[in-house]
Amino acid sequence: MFHWLEKRPFLFALGVFIVTSFAGFIELVPSFAQAARPTIGTKPYSVLELAGRQVYIKNSCNACHSQLIRPFKAETDRYGDYSLSGEYAYDRPFLWGSKRTGPDLHRVGNYRTTDWHEAHMKDPAAVVPGSIMPPYPWLYTNMADINTAFDEMVAVKTVFRVPYNKPIPMKDGSTVVVKLPKNLDEAKAMALAEAKEIVKDMKDKKIKEQVENGQIPEIVALIAYLNRLK
Amino acid sequence: MEERPLEYDYTVAKWFLLATVGLGVTGMLLGVLIAVELAYPQVNSWFGPLAEYFNFSRLRPIHTNSIIYGFVLSGIWASWYYISQRVLKVSMRESKILMIAGKLHFWVYLIGALIIVFSLMFGVTTSKEYAEFEMPLDLAVAVIWGLWGVSVAGMIGLRREKSLYISMWYFVATFIVVAMLHIFNNLEIPTYFFSQGTGKWYHSVSMYAGTNDAMVQWWFGHNAVAFVLTTPIIGMIYYFLPKESGQAVYSYKLSLLAFWGLMFVYIWAGGHHLLYSTVPDWMQTMGSIFSVVLILPSWGSAINMLLTMKGEWRQVTNSPLIRFMILASTFYMFSTLEGPIQSIKSVNAIAHFTDWIIGHVHDGALGWVGFMVMAGMYHMAPRIFKREIYSKKLMNAQFWIQTIGVVLYFSSMWIAGITQGMMWRAHDEYGNLAYSFIDTVTVLHPYYVIRAIGGALYFIGMLMWAYNILKTMGSREVSEEELRNASPMGA
Repeated sequence: MFHWLEKRPFLFALGVFIVTSFAGFIELVPSFAQAARPTIGTKPYSVLELAGRQVYIKNSCNACHSQLIRPFKAETDRYGDYSLSGEYAYDRPFLWGSKRTGPDLHRVGNYRTTDWHEAHMKDPAAVVPGSIMPPYPWLYTNMADINTAFDEMVAVKTVFRVPYNKPIPMKDGSTVVVKLPKNLDEAKAMALAEAKEIVKDMKDKKIKEQVENGQIPEIVALIAYLNRLK
Repeated sequence: MEERPLEYDYTVAKWFLLATVGLGVTGMLLGVLIAVELAYPQVNSWFGPLAEYFNFSRLRPIHTNSIIYGFVLSGIWASWYYISQRVLKVSMRESKILMIAGKLHFWVYLIGALIIVFSLMFGVTTSKEYAEFEMPLDLAVAVIWGLWGVSVAGMIGLRREKSLYISMWYFVATFIVVAMLHIFNNLEIPTYFFSQGTGKWYHSVSMYAGTNDAMVQWWFGHNAVAFVLTTPIIGMIYYFLPKESGQAVYSYKLSLLAFWGLMFVYIWAGGHHLLYSTVPDWMQTMGSIFSVVLILPSWGSAINMLLTMKGEWRQVTNSPLIRFMILASTFYMFSTLEGPIQSIKSVNAIAHFTDWIIGHVHDGALGWVGFMVMAGMYHMAPRIFKREIYSKKLMNAQFWIQTIGVVLYFSSMWIAGITQGMMWRAHDEYGNLAYSFIDTVTVLHPYYVIRAIGGALYFIGMLMWAYNILKTMGSREVSEEELRNASPMGA
């Protein structure tokens, strides 16, 4: 019977396709809609946070840091509440990582501060003796890409209907609105306003000056993103 | 049946063979470099103003991609352009179109590979593991894959041998499934076209969000491993081992069972990358169960290969080339036993996120895939270049150096992984965490050093292999006779 199939390459290929695609179909399709619902308190990314997320991706932070707290006592003790599916509703792509060379970061905003990140990214081993994380000096000289972040905001709003400009329910019963900038100038102004809040807690004079002059170094955007991880 | 033997044309096979050597050495060198960066982090800063581009986090994806899609994939394609002519009884000379498609396939691939290396270096990445390329490069990959498809369909269409040999089954499966995985995992929205278009033109955003994205990614990620690092390599060993040893494949029925079993079971197992995550429980359980079932078809192929040597075990002593393939097959068994063990939920709770996983990947990639690719190139070299392999002694030395390298690699990573996994979960007598995170990092230093040494040994072996192949190519003596089984080797 199989000799027959092996003489008919088209049917053979079709057989392979059916046998292999079967599992993907059963596993992936049914749970799609359910997993995409955001939890209460999960809001879309602001323009500076999104730019910071792109900095995180650009430097493959996910090569060493996970963003997934598993439901074990040892993990919730160390990192906080275990992760819920809806918390990732606006994560494109997901950044769970597959290796913890460094600690999990899913709730790093709860226990690390702006000035801690500022000092740490410059020289991790000076802040955490024994750390094997390399310094990231270029984050202090490269500028964050607000243009691409703005493009992405508009794209996800248009295609995936990410609820910008809509009231988002928070855990305490209040609502929050994350504004989608109308144009690039407004996006830049909003990012700068966010950046100014962050540099208040930073020490580096040069960074403060740059933000004062309307520039946003990558480190400021990255900290905006990390502070939001809660 | 034709009267006189066909004149096969190995031009494209030769080009891919050389690409295998070049990309293999590059990828392994990067591997050693990042292993050293983990053991001695100050090395990251040695690159001065270029540190951004040689930082661990930037190089790691380049290492994985240059090994998987550089070294291994060009090895697979070298084998395809060699094996397919012989088992289908078609010469590439017979069709201009197939020849042009093959050559184009090679050049587009090589240029694409170079662009990918630099794009990752500059941080142009989607962050999805083994699918890091940004959208324009994803399209380029689709073109490259399509060009290979022209060869697969064309060669099979023109074949004189009506029945497809086992190796062909695996190559066909690789072509179909990787195409499917690549397309669905890389569905992306280019952001440039949605606003005033002032951002990066190549930036895109995934079609899927959060948990869904993770499910699609690991459906892809796990099966990219299956259909790039496993099925084509099995296809290679099904051809190269019987050919080199002069032995018939042990069992046709076993090869059938192993093939269809692997096709059906493998795809389900992707869920084992997401145990205890936020994907639905039933999927995690499925991933776990099917991973354990996966032992059967995997061992089926491996045992079929080992039993092919039945009664001819002295060849393992006499020929380093046979030894490479037998060790590869053994590492395949080893790795496909270890994988299912790590997929059991309670084991995974300790193993996940640790270096044990890195160890598992490398006993498979170095021990099984790397050995088999190098053995395949060794078998083809005398037939493509019409010269005997430059040195048997060198091949022997390479075998032992690399074997020691692999053993150091996986044993150090096992210890590192289990140590770290246990330390993360340890509580003291009052129920507090016993160790801070940094304690679980500093304790790994000696294992990271051993791993770097193991990797360096394997890299030295790679250099010996490259030297041996290049010397074979450059030697003066040409033998025109058609080679039967055992490859001729110089002292």
